[in-house]
Amino acid sequence: MTRVAASGRSFLGHSYNLVGIVASLVILVWMLIAIFAPTIIPHSIGDIVDDDYFGPMRQGLWLGSDYLGRDMLSRVLMGARYTVGISLAAVAIACFSGVMLGMTAAVIGGWVDTCLSRFLDAMNSIPSKLFGLVVVAAVGSSIPALILTLAVIYIPGAYRFARALAVNINTMDFMTVARVRGESTAYLIGSEILPNIIRPVLADFGLRFVFIVLLLSGLSFLGLGLQPPLADWGALVRENIGGLPFAAPAVIIPSLAIASLTISVNLLIDNLPQKIRDRDA
Amino acid sequence: MTNLVEVRNLRIEATTDAGRIVEIIKGVSLDIANGEIVALIGESGSGKTTVALSLMGYARPGCRITGGEINVNGKNMAALSEKQRARLRGTDIAYVPQSAAASFNPSSTIMEQVIEVTRIHGLMPPEQARKRAVELFRALSLPDPEGIGARYPHQVSGGQLQRLSAAMALIGDPKLVIFDEPTTALDVTTQIDVLKAFKSVMRAGGIAGVYVSHDLAVVAQIADHIVVLKGGQVQETGTTAQILSAAQHPYTRELLAAFEPKPRQAHADADAGAKPLLRIDNVTAGYGAVRDNGLPLIRAVDSVSLVVEKGRNLGIIGESGCGKSTLARVIAGIHPAAAGDIIFDGKELQRAAGKRSQDQLREMQIVFQYADTALNPAKPVEDIVSRPLAFYHGLDRQARSKRVDELLDMVRLPRTLRYRRPSELSGGQKQRVNFARALAAGPKLIICDEITSALDTVVAAAVIELLKELQRELGLSYIFISHDLSVVEAICDEIMVMYNGERVEQITPDRLKAPTHPYSKLLFSSVPKLDPTWLDGLVRDPELVSQYGHR
Repeated sequence: MTRVAASGRSFLGHSYNLVGIVASLVILVWMLIAIFAPTIIPHSIGDIVDDDYFGPMRQGLWLGSDYLGRDMLSRVLMGARYTVGISLAAVAIACFSGVMLGMTAAVIGGWVDTCLSRFLDAMNSIPSKLFGLVVVAAVGSSIPALILTLAVIYIPGAYRFARALAVNINTMDFMTVARVRGESTAYLIGSEILPNIIRPVLADFGLRFVFIVLLLSGLSFLGLGLQPPLADWGALVRENIGGLPFAAPAVIIPSLAIASLTISVNLLIDNLPQKIRDRDA
Repeated sequence: MTNLVEVRNLRIEATTDAGRIVEIIKGVSLDIANGEIVALIGESGSGKTTVALSLMGYARPGCRITGGEINVNGKNMAALSEKQRARLRGTDIAYVPQSAAASFNPSSTIMEQVIEVTRIHGLMPPEQARKRAVELFRALSLPDPEGIGARYPHQVSGGQLQRLSAAMALIGDPKLVIFDEPTTALDVTTQIDVLKAFKSVMRAGGIAGVYVSHDLAVVAQIADHIVVLKGGQVQETGTTAQILSAAQHPYTRELLAAFEPKPRQAHADADAGAKPLLRIDNVTAGYGAVRDNGLPLIRAVDSVSLVVEKGRNLGIIGESGCGKSTLARVIAGIHPAAAGDIIFDGKELQRAAGKRSQDQLREMQIVFQYADTALNPAKPVEDIVSRPLAFYHGLDRQARSKRVDELLDMVRLPRTLRYRRPSELSGGQKQRVNFARALAAGPKLIICDEITSALDTVVAAAVIELLKELQRELGLSYIFISHDLSVVEAICDEIMVMYNGERVEQITPDRLKAPTHPYSKLLFSSVPKLDPTWLDGLVRDPELVSQYGHR
């Protein structure tokens, strides 16, 4: 049989679909902006460049001006830096440690599993915003402190998720075979379990990234995140909330930025390229 | 129209993930007369289930019925709309699935599920349906027909559940019932009761049936006609007697040949004085809380002793739940024994695998029943087979690659398979990879836990042949665990019969025809024979059945 049904495009042995491609382009654009923001912003983020506040979109001020008459385009572009950077760092730490601990607990079991699980359950029971509030009150607000706080808040969830998946894999016969072979815990985790749970773990990574972006925006909205004149997207929404009655672009644009990034990450995770495993192709 | 079912030139296509279209059923035609049972037989992947499901106008996700006619009771199922088909399913055509345990809803009572069909189609008021269900339970010789409907699926045995799913299929008075390998997952002693019940109900009601199976002996008992399928095409059609006595097609002959008892060359008894390779003495193991005497609450293996000599094989046989798999895990150290000694190659072994030395672990390998779960689905065959080479023998990449080629040759797999993942292999190929991994360690003893149970007769016979050859070449010993007597008979020098955690008897294949223990007698007499009159002529000692049978 040589006929081929019409379906998604394929490249390098993987098949892609349109949604996944568009989502990854949006994410790529935001990441490039995050990297090159300081060189492409038209105005410094602290400069007051408009006579009026909540100015409309017009030539020179493409996204209008904020509540102090600063250039909104520059502030959104620089905001990308903090939102994407801080969230990415935090989610990477949270997922890496959570997943590693989760797999270890599942493989070793016994009292290691019990102690880890109870400790992280206790962590999980602390409300996230309250925890952020306490940390900021104790050590003040700085970018490293913010990243660590966000990571700590999301470790228990990643741990629970990975442990649940790993426990299922752990009961499979190939794990027994590897154990009877005398393999070390590190090999069991890295070589036998991880490849089997990597897809759901990546999906979880995406979800957690979105949660962290939203929590960071929430913390900034409360004034616990970045301190002025620096501002991530959440902070931009908060400081310009007064422009809502005037339909000012200053409040709408950062909201759209948050939405575009978080939705794209989720769509990408749902539409990751599939490796084609057709027997004869 | 004279026949109840007339399938003409049926074609079914599937779309692969690369978008390629594959024809899986290539022009199948078959007829079923009223009240006749037709068996579809063939290896896995031959399309037998696909054909059976198409009689309900159903094609599994990704598949499409693309051509031909499926006339059932005068209606062309292929041309009807989904709504019209749904009206016929359950009333004209019913389906009995392979695993009844997986197809009952665990959260509602059996009765509710059995009479659901009458509710959906508005056939009769619930009271009447319940009465009818009880009649069916009685006809299927289920124990306590009045009370069993009130139970939940987990409260009845597997054999009973399979008969209950037949009751579910029969309650709408169908003209055609499709049985999809309904006894494959059952023990031989249970299988007999289920087959007898199916046969009497179908005969009494004059219902036509399609019986999908890969077990020719089972089919011989129940079917009037046999259709042999391979690669989506009909190879041969005929009455049961014709197929069994005068098969024309080579593939059918191959199927039949798998049943021929293979002569086993007697071992030269020159090595009779050789030291035993493995000896276990009074080993007890089980599950649950450990009591004061140091033994677990539930004893799955109770004071079992056995000896395996170098270059010889021991078979362990018994029904599911008799403790034979636990015994394998105890020997391998996966499930540490609570009491008893294990002496391997002259040295006493620690009970837990974690405390044994690397060489001790290497020399005793275990091969599991389900190659699906015993092979890591995320890894290519190459990585799976080469890991023991790196781990035990410390071979470098090039030496490993060369050895993997040799191992694949040894288990008769094409070398190109090394890049595939387990999901892209057939059941028999997976089991060979599973075995190649055990061989890679360079063991002296291989424990085979039901390794042929998930395979078709023909494939299983090939795997057994392979094991024998490897034994001659490499001087291995096997412990061969199975519930299938013919398999054990084919390869083992000694056979140990287990029942309820205890060793009841040890026999050699020559003395098989005259087992002495009553349970062995029951077990051996329950293995289906190719003779179509075997089931009807089978007389079992009722006392034996009530003592050892699980109904």
